[in-house]
Amino acid sequence: MLSVSDLNVWFGQIPDRVDAVRGAGFQVAPGESFGLVGESGSGKSTVLRAIAGLIPTWSGSIRVDGADLREGRRDRAFFKTVQMVFQDPYASLHPRHSVDAVLAETLRLQGMDRIDQRIVRLLDDVGLGQSFRFRYPHQLSGGQRQRVAIARALAAEPRLLLLDEPTSALDVSVQAEILNLLADLRAEHKLTYLMVSHDLSVIGHMCDRLAVMQQGRIVEILPVADLRAGRSTAPYTAQLMAASEGYRALEAAPAP
Amino acid sequence: MTQDAPLLSVRDLRVSFPTRQGSFQAVRGVSFDLGRERLGVVGESGSGKSMTGRAILGLIRPPGRIEAASMTLEGRSILDLPERQMRKIRGGRISMVMQDPKFSLNPVMTVGRQIIEAYRLHAAAPRDQARRKALEMLEAVQIRDPERVMDAYPHEVSGGMGQRIMIAMMLAPGPQILIADEPTSALDVSVRTEVLHIMDRLVRDRGMGLIFISHDLNLVAQFCDRVLIMYAGRIVETLPARDLHQARHPYTRGLLNSLPRLDAPVSRLPVLARQDSWRDDDTLSPSDGDPLSPRADTALPGGL
Repeated sequence: MLSVSDLNVWFGQIPDRVDAVRGAGFQVAPGESFGLVGESGSGKSTVLRAIAGLIPTWSGSIRVDGADLREGRRDRAFFKTVQMVFQDPYASLHPRHSVDAVLAETLRLQGMDRIDQRIVRLLDDVGLGQSFRFRYPHQLSGGQRQRVAIARALAAEPRLLLLDEPTSALDVSVQAEILNLLADLRAEHKLTYLMVSHDLSVIGHMCDRLAVMQQGRIVEILPVADLRAGRSTAPYTAQLMAASEGYRALEAAPAP
Repeated sequence: MTQDAPLLSVRDLRVSFPTRQGSFQAVRGVSFDLGRERLGVVGESGSGKSMTGRAILGLIRPPGRIEAASMTLEGRSILDLPERQMRKIRGGRISMVMQDPKFSLNPVMTVGRQIIEAYRLHAAAPRDQARRKALEMLEAVQIRDPERVMDAYPHEVSGGMGQRIMIAMMLAPGPQILIADEPTSALDVSVRTEVLHIMDRLVRDRGMGLIFISHDLNLVAQFCDRVLIMYAGRIVETLPARDLHQARHPYTRGLLNSLPRLDAPVSRLPVLARQDSWRDDDTLSPSDGDPLSPRADTALPGGL
């Protein structure tokens, strides 16, 4: 479904050029859920944004569904296949557009017919129901906004969803709801996910395989089952694992 | 644990905001004692945990109102103090570290000047002594090159460093209580551990009281001595942190269950079904002994 090889992404010009991603490569099979983990600044979101066409300065090869992507604008067919859900549901919805307007505009842009019925269907799909159709973002909670953002991504009937930390701005109870929703939608619509998170347990729950990123490079790609069993080879993965298990008391930790 | 009088004692704290639909109560009758310990306050957004922290320092802006039956710092009331006296307590005896260092540091002042200013406000020390103190504090929070950082502006330091600078600034006047409002949420896991170690050491070595506000249940269970769980402006359960995973309140249980876990994969995460009764039910607490006193078996190593 998605194949990335030797991907380099940079910002700025020499001499101030920052190489955010260096030589990243991975493959995601159709129907698979693939995770990218790493700390902030490791380049995981940058990979996602480069695939979505939000960053023009990249080199290497990105193939979606067999088609090579070039630099510059993505075409319509691309956005029918690939859609993105952003991290912050408070920032990714227009404050003065109602849910109805957001979905209707997206559907129209995608050249869909029977827009009215489709909106009803999308809202049902993401578990919101009709009472939310004419609400504005400020009338929604964080979890409800993220549901609208997911509905908007689904409007194009894509096959690959790029999920950029979709639950990191939400409470744990709401996070559980959204993760369940994403799992249901994947099964129902046979979607492929590429999910970015800093939270190993979220990736472990959602994904089949994952890539661990550090300072712009992929240090390891492994199945989640291996991660769980502690069969990672890169020391950095073990470090992330240890840190995600929480806080160890001072006595047990190495002296500073 | 030395069972002397608590550092801070709060009884029936209420914070309310007038709205067009009448008064909205963000905190509804919170009572607790803080000793020389790490007290975790956990809850979802909107549960009133940050408001509780801010109310202790009198940082609720009008028209918000703070009311309480009593609020005492080492036996003396800090409720409704005139602003001038409150300012002495704020920063001097009770400090607060906010969630995001980007918004709490002054962007047009060097880090060093900010720490020196904070210190001199409370310590009436000459400038060169304050500078030495600032350097010392930066070293205490594990900043490698304090001389350079002193002359840096906040945008020139990383998020983790910014948070450590905030802690250094808050600790320079030697407060007895530190209120940390999600101090590590904006930080990466590796930096997080470092910041927690610093606070841990301060509680242990200085006998400080720490109120640690967080939404991260696992972190609080491992880091704190005691935990208060808040829901809709009230404390619904209070228990020793090490027993958090045996919590009895359905809300606490629901929160714990909704966390995905690497060691125990499930196909679907249990979703929290909220019940109206949680808003007003009685607080659950460990059955043995006074619910508000720290239990002996949660004492810190080192006899504190």
